Amino acid sequence: MLTRLVFAGQLAFTLVVAAFLIVPAVLSMLAGVTVNYFRGIRSGVTLEWMVEVWELYAETIVRSFEVAFATLLLTLIVGVPAAYALHVRQGSWSRLIEEIITLPLAVPGLAIALALLLTYGGFGAFRGSWLFIAGHVVFTLPFMVRAVMAVFAAIDVKTLDESAASLGASPWRRFRDVIAPNARPGILAGSLMVVTLSLGEFNLTWMLHTPLTKTLPVGLADSYASMRLEIASAYTLIFFIMIIPLLIAMQMLGRDKRSAA
Amino acid sequence: MSAGVSVGLEACAKTFADDTRALEPVTLEIARGETLVFLGPSGCGKTTTLRIIAGLEAPDPGGRVRFDGEDVTSIPIERRNVGMVFQSYALFPNMNVAENIGYGLKIRGASRAQRQARVEELVALTGIEGLERRQVDQLSGGQRQRVALARAVAPRPRVLLLDEPLTALDASLRERLRVELNRLLRSLGITTVYVTHDQAEAMALGDRIVVMRAGAIAQIGSPREIYFEPASRFVAEFVGAANIVEGTACDGAIVLPGARIPIGTTGKVTLMLRPETIAVVPPDAAELSGRIENVTFVGDRQRIVIADAASRPLLIDAPNTIAAAPGERVGLRIDPTRIRVLPEERDEQGGKS
Amino acid sequence: MSLAARFRLRAAKAAGSGTAFARLCLVPLAIVVAAFFVLPMLGLIEVGAGGPKGMAAYAAILVEPRYRSTLINTVVLAAATTVTTLVIATIAGLFLQRNRFPGHSLLVAMLTFPLAFPGVVVGFLVILLAGRQGLIGDISFRLTGGKLVFAYSLGGLFLGYLYFSIPRVILTIMAAVEKLDPWLEEAARSLGAGPWAVHRDVILPALVPAFVASGAIAFATAMGAFGTAFTLATNVDVLPMLIYTEFTLAADLAMAAALSVGLGLVAWAILALARSFAGTTIAAAG
Repeated sequence: MLTRLVFAGQLAFTLVVAAFLIVPAVLSMLAGVTVNYFRGIRSGVTLEWMVEVWELYAETIVRSFEVAFATLLLTLIVGVPAAYALHVRQGSWSRLIEEIITLPLAVPGLAIALALLLTYGGFGAFRGSWLFIAGHVVFTLPFMVRAVMAVFAAIDVKTLDESAASLGASPWRRFRDVIAPNARPGILAGSLMVVTLSLGEFNLTWMLHTPLTKTLPVGLADSYASMRLEIASAYTLIFFIMIIPLLIAMQMLGRDKRSAA
Repeated sequence: MSAGVSVGLEACAKTFADDTRALEPVTLEIARGETLVFLGPSGCGKTTTLRIIAGLEAPDPGGRVRFDGEDVTSIPIERRNVGMVFQSYALFPNMNVAENIGYGLKIRGASRAQRQARVEELVALTGIEGLERRQVDQLSGGQRQRVALARAVAPRPRVLLLDEPLTALDASLRERLRVELNRLLRSLGITTVYVTHDQAEAMALGDRIVVMRAGAIAQIGSPREIYFEPASRFVAEFVGAANIVEGTACDGAIVLPGARIPIGTTGKVTLMLRPETIAVVPPDAAELSGRIENVTFVGDRQRIVIADAASRPLLIDAPNTIAAAPGERVGLRIDPTRIRVLPEERDEQGGKS
Repeated sequence: MSLAARFRLRAAKAAGSGTAFARLCLVPLAIVVAAFFVLPMLGLIEVGAGGPKGMAAYAAILVEPRYRSTLINTVVLAAATTVTTLVIATIAGLFLQRNRFPGHSLLVAMLTFPLAFPGVVVGFLVILLAGRQGLIGDISFRLTGGKLVFAYSLGGLFLGYLYFSIPRVILTIMAAVEKLDPWLEEAARSLGAGPWAVHRDVILPALVPAFVASGAIAFATAMGAFGTAFTLATNVDVLPMLIYTEFTLAADLAMAAALSVGLGLVAWAILALARSFAGTTIAAAG
């Protein structure tokens, strides 16, 4: 009897917490398609807000994707080879390098933004999207590197590398034929993480944006401040639509890995 | 198949970055076509030596590795033309069996036809017909081991290096594969360096065995030499069971609680007696006698522990048909020609050969 | 060892496969990190010390009453968030990891899905929940006649911080619970320990590293959170908002830089401390 009570109590607690997290999000999604929020869902369902958001903010949505994919490309080019090098040469140097690339996670986005602005803000052309792509790369890089290194460790890439070397393959050949193909699950997990984080990044982007280079989260902040609730909600709904498939994919990937282990 | 090259190590030592001394300077020659087995407990330096021959580790300055007299010390592994089988097999998960086996040939630029022919040859040689299209994770342990071997041998390496290839398998499979491996190595005739901690494997596969301990060579010799004439107590006890008897000999014999054993030398001696060299006889039929402490029926023989015959209990292998019970007094007959006098130990580590 | 010998040793060690290639692989990383992180941060530190107050600007965070009270606010808020989140996440995480029932994975998904929401969105959701037209306001109005609105106060901010901390911490705790050794608990039970004793003496102590790791991340994230406070536009000052206003409204670059560096140092110190305590690298969340 006691265990049943305890179970029920814990379940109730967990449900309340889940409700706290989900209900506002659902509310927001509903508000985005409701004719009039104050009168609630009775006032009718409409897509007019979504259409208006698209007209006002389409540019930000497109730009967010552009920035996210540019960030992804850069983290792949920079991070995957680096993960290989760090894994193969395990030593105090590689630990130090890992520490340094993880530092941006500890430093608030605001600080990094300010730092980037001070150093590169003068170069006008750079001030376009590229400055915050640099910021995005700096703070998503550790995730890509970690994800790939985790896969390397799981499949003992070091020994695979040695065995390919024993068969005569040059370092480049080994990377191409053996290392990179086997890093795929890590690359996938890392990529999802990078894109998700980049799409949602605000702290850094807000400091660095100009009226001509807004991303979606920046637009969201604008709309919360100045637009009516329904538009802000519709805009948020669009954001959810972009982000939720990525989150689901990450969860599925994580589950797969655990069941395969 | 080529006979491979001779391998020479000259003063090869290895100190790692954290200053651990994994290997004391080693100098030895491996003849063309010979199978040399490095045997020893974990941490003795056998794998380090293998990796130095392979080119995965460089010896400390002053060390030299030679293939057929040619100095290869500064040549990295990918250009040494060796074949290596790793303990974990290290098969490439992104390639199927045929692609794995053919990889070395692909690197060397062989045509598809040549690759295919050679892969077929090796598949037949290692007995894995039908598995060519399989993915690596669909193979059993024994199958993986064979693929690893086929892959290492396919590009016709000069030296074949095996790092504990059977350790990851269970006991019955290991015995079966040991026999096959032996047959294969004999037929290939390549110079082979084999590392193991299993003395039965070492005896079965090696032309010569190098027993190692704490980074140094304890003894080099043929299996028979190592078994019948161990150079130190460590080697005697590591390779098979050994009874070690210490004592002082005077007037050409050593005195034990039960009897006198005639010995050629005088002074302090350490004797080694293998369990199978002592026979159990009725108590009054021999000079030496003792009391049975316990009997273990192993199947093909009985292991009997005898107390009161020497300063330590003696381990004896007796036929499985003898009736022996704990508490009984029995006689022990020792063949004096099979007593081994161990050379004096210079220090804890034992002498080098 | 002579210089020549040392050099030869290094060259010999490098004779192992692919060292040059590995170094090459690190070059893009080195360039990107140096150019876009190390250099700018060093520049920031320099700017922070370059204002009229000079190096004293760095001490201002502790000395000036306005800055100090902001710092205290931020630390207290972050600490309260961390503790509350840990308690909530432990109860829910233990429950979820140890019980399976229909709808379990849905529940887990619901709890972890806000993981990627930016602070601004969280702020907005808090407004929907507890703002002037919020759900809680509605419900309290119907029940008691008085509207409960707290989105724009410390309470609302706290709620927002909880919102983005819970998903992260729950994930870490659940992963740690999964790794708990079931035999330890069985041993305790065989010695007579009841459920509460097992929790107190076996489970919670074993989870301490996870608490430290995820707590440190939650704390550091809460310290640096900007979007939530920005959206809620409260009159409660937190450090990130202060930095923002110093930069944009007061145009006091040096102060903003100094405060940023200070904030960064505090966050990094907390994480380093936690890491040395826990012994392993902490898997950072989003």
